[in-house]
Amino acid sequence: MDVLLSFFANIDWSEIWLATGDTMTMLFGSLFFTVVLGLPLGVLLFLTSPRQLFEQKSLYAFLSLIVNILRSLPFIILLIVMIPFTVLLTGTSLGVAGAIPPLVVGATPFFARLVETALREVDRGIIEATQSMGATTRQIITNALLPEARPGIFAAITVTAITLVSYTAMAGVVGAGGLGDLAIRFGYQRFQTDVMVVTVVMLLILVQILQTVGDKLVVHFSRK
Amino acid sequence: MIEFHNVHKTYRVAGKDIPALHPTSLRVERGQVFGLIGHSGAGKSTLLRLINRLEEPSGGQITVDGEEVTALDANGLRRFRQQVGMIFQHFNLLASKTVADNVALPLTLAGELSRKEIDLRVAELLARVGLSDHARKYPAQLSGGQKQRVGIARALATKPKILLCDEATSALDPQTTASVLKLLAEINRELNLTIVLITHEMDVIRRVCDQVAVMDAGVIVEQGSVAEVFLHPQHPTTKRFVQEAEQVDEGEQRDVFAHVPGRIVRLTFQGEATYAPLLGTVARETGVDYSILAGRIDHIKDTPYGQLTLAVTGGDMEAAFARFTAADVHMEVLR
Repeated sequence: MDVLLSFFANIDWSEIWLATGDTMTMLFGSLFFTVVLGLPLGVLLFLTSPRQLFEQKSLYAFLSLIVNILRSLPFIILLIVMIPFTVLLTGTSLGVAGAIPPLVVGATPFFARLVETALREVDRGIIEATQSMGATTRQIITNALLPEARPGIFAAITVTAITLVSYTAMAGVVGAGGLGDLAIRFGYQRFQTDVMVVTVVMLLILVQILQTVGDKLVVHFSRK
Repeated sequence: MIEFHNVHKTYRVAGKDIPALHPTSLRVERGQVFGLIGHSGAGKSTLLRLINRLEEPSGGQITVDGEEVTALDANGLRRFRQQVGMIFQHFNLLASKTVADNVALPLTLAGELSRKEIDLRVAELLARVGLSDHARKYPAQLSGGQKQRVGIARALATKPKILLCDEATSALDPQTTASVLKLLAEINRELNLTIVLITHEMDVIRRVCDQVAVMDAGVIVEQGSVAEVFLHPQHPTTKRFVQEAEQVDEGEQRDVFAHVPGRIVRLTFQGEATYAPLLGTVARETGVDYSILAGRIDHIKDTPYGQLTLAVTGGDMEAAFARFTAADVHMEVLR
């Protein structure tokens, strides 16, 4: 017991909880904006892609290029490149507020692609059936495509949330706060292995919870 | 009434024009069950989808009850489509919605009824197709036949004038097929609904259709009343379909009957003639003997018909043949 206690000698639990709170704020804040921006972008990618309802070769090529550029940029570089823009948007490049814009820009193209793929999984016959009822394109999207793709979209949100967890840890590098920040400043730079272990375990628990909740939603909406 | 005037459809695939439907003129009367039969790739699916413009024609004119469908703008087309129900081979139900919500969908999209009115109409439709107990289930919990019944209820939701059936029974087993066809025949009678169905099974045509058109390579090669086309097929494609349905191979039959003595004739009769005691009478009066080599007594939709292959020996054969020809019977001398 004493050995165990002495191993965790450096742990300041209030710090840990504070950092966990910061991580959660960054995660859900950026997840919210990622879904709000990425869902329409994913729908647009799907609709403009070849042989779909709104086939638009040049628009699709353009959107696709932007998405690919943002996705090929390493997140750590994106964090630094984004600093002036982040300051413009939130007034600071530090803390939770400073971390959310680069997180959203990093995750949105990724999420949009997943949404596009989920929509592609919807049987073409469903679209045809809805068309035959006299639906408008907007009605096809809201009444058929999105409800049918719901399990896929929830899976996409889950994967994106977990990706965002690792991104928030990386955002610690540019002073974002949160568990990643704690791990780098104390665990790595001050050789406090116990802090490192605790932060990693906290991140692990977070990822586990996200995955479990996500899987449950996917199963629930699969209606099988 | 659905009318096609020189309607054609060409697909452009990899820079080449592929004709799917050659210029076709066609007329489907109101309240009729019109069957289109053809092998896959014959153009029947394209023809069906031209009616509600899920496929845009490359040329020609389509009118429904005098309204020119090919001239409708986007809004007009949406309103027109609400008067045309459609059911599909793979049902195309929304897996994310309950049975009741699937049936309600066309009404929700049309946006003309209140929630309460929609609920009433849905209950009425589910009762009509015998699925009242399944309203809260999801499609994945239903059997194929039940799914198609949901499809039919959904297609009828907006009280359409026309029902398009795209291989509606091809994914079902024979027993379920029979019950779905029976339902289609019932709603055709009750609602005076015009039904256009496509299929690759002659049996489907025989059970429910009034008129049939046979398609091959984007052309209607034969068309007429089902009894006429079924009993006296002219085009090779039609003959093949009939043979498949009857499970009779003429060439094979000829070999099997090679050693049978006498003349061989085939008699085809339909309607009341099916029940007339013609064979016995003619045999007694002309002194011929006959033996039945092959035969089938059945019905096409509600009309009985029979087709018998006979070997005739002895007696006054010419007189017997003359009697057959004079009666309300079609006679073919095979040998």
